[in-house]
This record gives sequence, C-alpha cells and structure tokens, in this order.
Amino acid sequence: MKLQDGKASGGPWEGLKALALGFATLCRHLFRYPVTEQYPEYKRVLPARSRARIVLTRDPDGDERCVACYLCSAVCPVSCISMQSAEREDGRRYPRWFRINFARCIYCGFCEEACPTLAIQLTPDFEFCKDDILKLVYEKEDLLVEHGGKNRDYNFYRHAGVSMVGDKGTHLNEQPPVDIKSNLP
Amino acid sequence: MEIWIIGFILLLIKLIVVLGVLLLIAGWMVWVERKLLGRFQVRFGPNRAGKFGFLQPVADIIKLLTKEDTMPGEADRWIFLLAPAIIAITTLLLFAVIPFGEGFAIFGRPVPLVVTDFNVGILYVFALLSLGVYGVALGGWASNSKYSLLGAIRGAAQMISYEIPLALSLVPVIMLAGSFSLVDIVNAQARYPFIVVQPISFALFFISAAAEIKRIPFDLPEAENELVAGYHTEYSGMRFGLYFLGEYISLIVLGSLVAVFFWGGWRGPFLPPMVWFIVKVGIVIFFMIWMRGTLPRLRYDQLMSLGWKVLIPIALLNIVVTGALMRIGR
Repeated sequence: MKLQDGKASGGPWEGLKALALGFATLCRHLFRYPVTEQYPEYKRVLPARSRARIVLTRDPDGDERCVACYLCSAVCPVSCISMQSAEREDGRRYPRWFRINFARCIYCGFCEEACPTLAIQLTPDFEFCKDDILKLVYEKEDLLVEHGGKNRDYNFYRHAGVSMVGDKGTHLNEQPPVDIKSNLP
Repeated sequence: MEIWIIGFILLLIKLIVVLGVLLLIAGWMVWVERKLLGRFQVRFGPNRAGKFGFLQPVADIIKLLTKEDTMPGEADRWIFLLAPAIIAITTLLLFAVIPFGEGFAIFGRPVPLVVTDFNVGILYVFALLSLGVYGVALGGWASNSKYSLLGAIRGAAQMISYEIPLALSLVPVIMLAGSFSLVDIVNAQARYPFIVVQPISFALFFISAAAEIKRIPFDLPEAENELVAGYHTEYSGMRFGLYFLGEYISLIVLGSLVAVFFWGGWRGPFLPPMVWFIVKVGIVIFFMIWMRGTLPRLRYDQLMSLGWKVLIPIALLNIVVTGALMRIGR
C-alpha cells in the first residue's frame, strides 16, 4: 500500500484484510510452542570465545604467564585492572599483586587483545554474581587458574626467545642498563 | 418482619459473593492476560510462581501492598489519595445491575441472580461509566506531573467522546427490549440474541467499550512510549494497584454488558445459565486480549475522528433505521 497524503490507498477492504491477517497471525501463534529458553533449568552452551569472567592463565610449564607489562591496565576503558610489578631472581617479571574489579568491568575483552603473553583471558562463565559488591574485587589468587586457557601450548618466552646468559649490559655492543629510577642522562 | 430480615440477609450474601468473586477474578485476569499475551508472542508468560505461574497474582498483590506509597511533592494531597478509589469503586458498583444467572427459590422466595434489578439500569451504568472519567482526570491533575496531566487530558477527552457512541449504540437495544432494566433486556432475548438483528450496534458498542476502558488500540491515556504511564505515572504501591484493579474489573463488567445487551445474557441451550454467562464474558475478554496483542495504538486525531466522524453518525443512522423498521414491522 502506498501512502498518499497520509492516507493508505486501497480503501477500507484493504484495511480490513490487513486487520484480519494480523488477527490470524496471532491466532496461529497461540498454538505454537514458545521459543523461550528456560534459563536456570536449561543452560545453552556458550561459544568458547564469549566474554565473561576474566582469568590469569599459566604456561605449559606451570609458571604464570603474566609479565606485569601494564598493557591490560592501560587499555582498560573503565580502569578496573590494577597491579604491582615485581621481578624474579632470574629476571622474569611477574605481578606482585593483581586485582580486577568485576563490579566495574564491562567485559569488552580489550585486555585479552592487548596481552602479549596470552596471560589474561576471558571465559564464558558469567554466573558469578555476589551479594556484596566488594566480593566482586578479585585478587590474583582468585584469578589464577591451573591451565593455559584457550592456547595451552603457548609459551611466550620460548616463542619470542629467551634472554642470553650473563647479566644485563655485559653482552657485545650492549649499553649498560638504564637507571629507570632517575631521569638524568 | 421475618420476610424483611430474610430478604436483607439474602442481599448481603449476594453482595459478598459477587464482590468476592469479582475481586478474585479481577486478580487472576492479570494472570490470564499476561499468559495469553505471552503465548500470542510465542513466549511462556509468567510461569515461575506456582504451576503455570498460577500464583502470580498473589505475588503481585504482596509486592503492591509492601511497596512504598509515594506522593510527588506539591501534589494535591486529598485528590491524589482519592482518585484511584474512584475508578475502583465505580467499576465495582457497575456490577450491581448485571444479571448473571436465572433466579432460583429459597424458602419459597424467588431469588433473582442479580444484586439489584434496577428499572433504569442502563442509565445507572452510563452514570457510573461517566464517573470513571473523574478517576483518570483527577488522578492525572493531582499528580503535579506533565505526563500525568497529558494522560489525564487525553483520557478525559477520549472517554467523554466515546461515551456518546456507547450510549447511542444501546438505544436500538432499548427500543427492541422496551425497557431500561438489564433483567428485562435479557428476558427480551429469550427467542434470539440481539446481535442477530443489531450487528452494527454490537460492533459500535464493542469498539466504544474498548475505548471507554482504555484498552489497546485506544490506550492513549497511558501510552507507555510517549507518556511514561499516562495518568498513573506518579502512583505506586496499592494505589497503582487500585487503578489496575479498576481496569480489570471494568474489563469484566464490559464483557458482561456485551453478553447482556447483545448475546442474550445467561440464556443459552444445554448448559446451565451461569456457565453460559461466564463463557460469554470469557469470549469478550479473550477477544479484548487478542486485540491488545494485534493492534497498534491509534494516533490522537485518528481516535477523535473515528469517534466523532464514523461511530456517532453510524450510531445515529442505526437508530433511525431500527425505528423505521420497527414501525413498518408492527
């Protein structure tokens, strides 16, 4: 039906036919089984890449993958990730503490995209509501899991190369390490 | 003396039964409507409280009763508090004149199944329907909110406009029955229901009735998408519940009126009279819900032009034609 001057062409019979069609459609729907999924009883299997609760994964060797580079914390649009970096004796960095405030998290997945070591990952588990908002602040021990998440064989250091033997600044043509605590040249 | 007491007690029992049943059914009408609307939209509708969600009205009532009863600042206090009661009371009173079954006899006294057989029953119905406008208009006015006021203005205009075709569509029925009493009208349909001879009247009455109780497609006074909730935007708790109670009771009452005026009331073959009455009211209510699921809301100017330019002229013409035919047929 074309609209001309705000009036439907076709006259009242056309309109009545359209009305009857609408009523008939609803009548048919009355005898259809509802398409609703009954959530707590029936849980649909979510795709592996659906984004919910965040975890910190481990290397195949069992080391934690996170190197405390702060990229996830920097990219987070709601600033819900915070951490404190530290260094192990063998020179590998790790977060001394790692905290995600899930009350603030919007599950955008930017942290997962930013992570160079595949440490931080989003899982499909979305059912972790709490009765107290402070319980949604997850510490490192709550976040760490005992597996490699989506890519279990990946090891950042083996993939990108390991540092050579010897201390920093002692290799050929290598400048002495920069003192990051000072801004003097 | 004794006769007077027996009559009084019978009347009291009838009142209590009618009121109780009406309120109970009105509560479960909410469930029926939500369930049907759900199925119309290929959903389940309420199904958590009890089997098939049958206890949903109980949960709703507990929620409404325990909610805070808020009032906007600078609201007109007394009018705001009383307006919901006007709607609920007028619609409840409407049921007093509706005959819902064949009478029976107790102690040799005839007990008609109607709270009161009023000889100007139709006028009483129209008077109370008009009073219902006050509940809408005053509630919206007293809320001191622009949405409420807009809803109330629309409601008042709509209900006053549609009362005219509503009344005019019943004039042929009164002419055919020769009485204002609803009991006499039902008795006049002993041979055939009036819808057979007055289909136009029936259509007019049905449309005007839907507009009178503000059902979709005539729900402009509460138009959720434009006016938040229209005239009851500022109401909460049981006062909001009273508006809804009034709405569902008026749905039942208008179903009964359609049955009484056009479908022969409780008259029908095979089944007992009371069952026939309930079935007829149920069909009207089902159709109203079906209509709610199907039709979009009318625009305000469409609503007004439908009422004034279509329904009223047809109703007047219908009266003239009916009168002429009755004159010829005599």
